[in-house]
Amino acid sequence: MIEIRNLLIQRNGRDALKIDSLEIHRGETLAVVGPNGSGKSTLLLALARLLKPASGEVVFDGKSLSRLDDLEYRRKISFVFQDPLLLDMTVEQNIALGLKFRKTPKEEVHPRVWKWIKHLGIESLAKRRAGQLSGGEAQRVSLARAFVLEPELLLLDEPFSSLDPPTRAKMLEDLSALLAEDHRTAVFVTHNLNEAAKLSHRIAVIVGGMLRQVGPARQIKAKPADEAVAAFLHELPR
Amino acid sequence: MLFDSEIIQITFLSLQVSAIATIVSLLIGLPLGTWLALGSFRGRSFFLSIINTGMALPPVVVGLVVAITLWRSGPLGDLHLIYTPVAIIIAQTVIAAPVVTGLTAAALEAMDPRLQQQLLGLGASRPQMVWYLWREARLPLLAALMAGFGSVISEVGASMMVGGNIRGQTRVLTTAIVLETSKGEFGTALALSTLLLVLTYLINLALTWIQQRGRKADWQSSPRK
Repeated sequence: MIEIRNLLIQRNGRDALKIDSLEIHRGETLAVVGPNGSGKSTLLLALARLLKPASGEVVFDGKSLSRLDDLEYRRKISFVFQDPLLLDMTVEQNIALGLKFRKTPKEEVHPRVWKWIKHLGIESLAKRRAGQLSGGEAQRVSLARAFVLEPELLLLDEPFSSLDPPTRAKMLEDLSALLAEDHRTAVFVTHNLNEAAKLSHRIAVIVGGMLRQVGPARQIKAKPADEAVAAFLHELPR
Repeated sequence: MLFDSEIIQITFLSLQVSAIATIVSLLIGLPLGTWLALGSFRGRSFFLSIINTGMALPPVVVGLVVAITLWRSGPLGDLHLIYTPVAIIIAQTVIAAPVVTGLTAAALEAMDPRLQQQLLGLGASRPQMVWYLWREARLPLLAALMAGFGSVISEVGASMMVGGNIRGQTRVLTTAIVLETSKGEFGTALALSTLLLVLTYLINLALTWIQQRGRKADWQSSPRK
């Protein structure tokens, strides 16, 4: 579904991410792990076409993103950031936002929004304003806002990193179930290898702005591709 | 001594020219401030510094420049606008537009830059993104509008220079206050000043009410942790 070829992304005049080749298959969840500042989020921004490559290309369903209309492409995807970044409106209105951008007919919006409100168990929050939510509640709304769009590609940038451990575990479980049930193609950025292993089919390790290894968690743990990957795995909390 | 009908006419003209100048400033300042805040182009900082300087433009200097421009022998003299309410509107727009532009840019720059990416990542077109950023920044944007209006309703130098303080035509509250004071009619000047203050207060009260309405819901129940 997605192919990355000889991709180079520069930020502030410096090379931020280099990927020679990476494929993401339809229905697959790919976790991206790596230390802070390694280029994980840069990859997501490039996949969302929010950062343009200095060279190389990202191909979506056989077409290079540089040849697709940015808006048309972005309406096939959905992005969940580390912070929920909700707007100052009710939960229901926040979840409906992407549908409104797409000018989805009104009679379609309400049932779709409520399907995901129920799915994520936030019925009691629907009429609340975003500013009144706790961190976990806000992140649930942010997930519902992304899932309601039924995107072809879901991009998740450490969506649970600011949550306390019990909320984080619960959210992870919920997301894992949603992804499994929905068979949605997703790229999930995290620091945590265990989280990555639990959620994804394959893991991509990015260290120092370079994609070092892609494969199932077991393979990466057993056979790190190079010293940088081994060092990263070694530094992770056991 | 001023008659009641004259006071009503002066008050109405004051409100009319300042309201039009504020609206025109908003039409210029909102898109320009947004472009400066969200754009990344060469010379952006320089442009911002010019706008910020413009926020402190002395009204008499603006009056002088606009008067020279509109003077019969000036570049726009053929339009015959000098000593008309339109001339006052032009001068007041030059005063208020940098205020609205600068405060709009500051309001949008203060927002989390990832909000733009989040809106685009949810499929917003650029106009939709800008609309929702304005919506999120509505409190400081209304403050920008209030500051713009405040800067023109209270100025006297530019109105005097380009309007000429002509009775029944270009006399506004501030220029009338100056005239009455120069004649020693302190009672009338004080009454006009009070009227100007009350009007300014009522308009800002209305804008503040609109501004704080959105805040109310959050204020009534504190966020849960």
